[in-house]
Amino acid sequence: MAEAAIRPPLALLAEVTHRCPLACPYCSNPVELTRAAGELPTDVWADIFRQAADLGVLHAHLSGGEPASRRDLVELVAAAHDAGLYTNLITSGIGVTKDRLAALDEAGLDHVQLSMQGVRAEVADFVGGYNGGFDKKMQVAGLIAERGIPLTLNAVMHRHNLDDLPATLDLAQTLGARRIEVACVQFAGWALKNRAALQPTRAQVDEAKRVVAEARDRLRGVLAIDFVPPDYYADYPKACMGGWGSTGLNIAPDGKVLPCHAAEIIPGMTFQNAAEVPLGEIWYGGEAFNAFRGTDWMPDTCKACDRRDIDLGGCRCQAMALVGDARAIDPVCRKSPDRGRVDALLAEEAVGADWTYRRFAKAPAPAE
Amino acid sequence: MTATANTACIPVLPRGVRLHHDRVRKVEVLLGPERTLMLDGIGHAILSELDGRRSMATISGDLAARFGAPVDQVSRDVETFLTDLADKRLVDMIDG
Ligand code: SF4
Ligand code: SF4
Repeated sequence: MAEAAIRPPLALLAEVTHRCPLACPYCSNPVELTRAAGELPTDVWADIFRQAADLGVLHAHLSGGEPASRRDLVELVAAAHDAGLYTNLITSGIGVTKDRLAALDEAGLDHVQLSMQGVRAEVADFVGGYNGGFDKKMQVAGLIAERGIPLTLNAVMHRHNLDDLPATLDLAQTLGARRIEVACVQFAGWALKNRAALQPTRAQVDEAKRVVAEARDRLRGVLAIDFVPPDYYADYPKACMGGWGSTGLNIAPDGKVLPCHAAEIIPGMTFQNAAEVPLGEIWYGGEAFNAFRGTDWMPDTCKACDRRDIDLGGCRCQAMALVGDARAIDPVCRKSPDRGRVDALLAEEAVGADWTYRRFAKAPAPAE
Repeated sequence: MTATANTACIPVLPRGVRLHHDRVRKVEVLLGPERTLMLDGIGHAILSELDGRRSMATISGDLAARFGAPVDQVSRDVETFLTDLADKRLVDMIDG
């Protein structure tokens, strides 16, 4: 693809740390987590934010892990804000104290996205693997409302909480959120490991769609609802990241720049580091970003398909994970010769299973 | 609870939603939570009027006068545009 045809990125997902007091079994972080010692320092992140803004990025999402696990979170937000970026903090709320929130507010934080593991302490703390997490989160939500910081609830849904969707929508309103993301778990990272335990049933998914449609109508102008249905039950895949190398970039805690957070599972792909290579060079010229840009790389079925420009052949990491070939059609697609594998998994895993919590290998859960 | 706005409502950009000049793409954009709206001249002109004091009707009248356009047509454009943004919670409507 010619450089002129490549559009500048709109969003940067800055995964500033992998540390997190929670241990959600669906975490999108890679199974190989980066430890604190490998994290980029404040000034390197500040420089990355400036480069990102120069490149055309408008939104900076500070995520993790739990970004509040970093002592310099306020400085990081200030740096992103000073670079001219819209700053969004994606947090579980744990580690966000009253004073810290005030400092974040003053540093120019635009918006908070609070993750919800469940609507009741028993479920939420079980899912997050952290006792007392739910109560702390509710306190933080109160502090956010007190300061008037715009709030989105990010409810990650799966077999164990999808039935609580109506209560989740109610809670969003109670907490004063303007927006909710109802995101069914996407199977990458830890979630892939725990797929059998997390996969909702078809009946749950159908009911969730009905609840969302009804709530969108009822709550128009009150609560904006974004819904990400689970794609194994869909007929066609989603355009991963809005199209590979087309809208956003992810930067891992150690500075590795990824076209999507799961891209590291694709063998043979090398990722450049933002601490070493200018971001613009990585975005426009980097091998990883160009690997699946546009339509040239596509299998013939996709090239000839009328959905080609809608889903761009689907998720490369899903093709890798399920078919063992990152260049294959996303197996969720009805036109994929491998769709049978997805159906077989759905049939097999409908019975449920236990999950593995997301934790650092051999290290105990980090204290707050 | 109804979110249908009447023309006496005063439209405002809530906190967390703001106009921004995109110096790389050389366009005006509206930034909100997980939202980027590239604005055309009309959209930008409308949003630039939101001052927290004037109602939709007043804004439409002022824009019509400024651009020498029929007020009916301008009102329709202003209402459609702002109501759609209010549905998405990118604009708040304060009862006038
Ligand atoms: S998904 Fe859970 S474990 Fe992963 S970073 Fe978020 S809060 Fe932490
Ligand atoms: S064939 Fe390819 S482009 Fe068409 S719907 Fe399936 S994945 Fe998308």
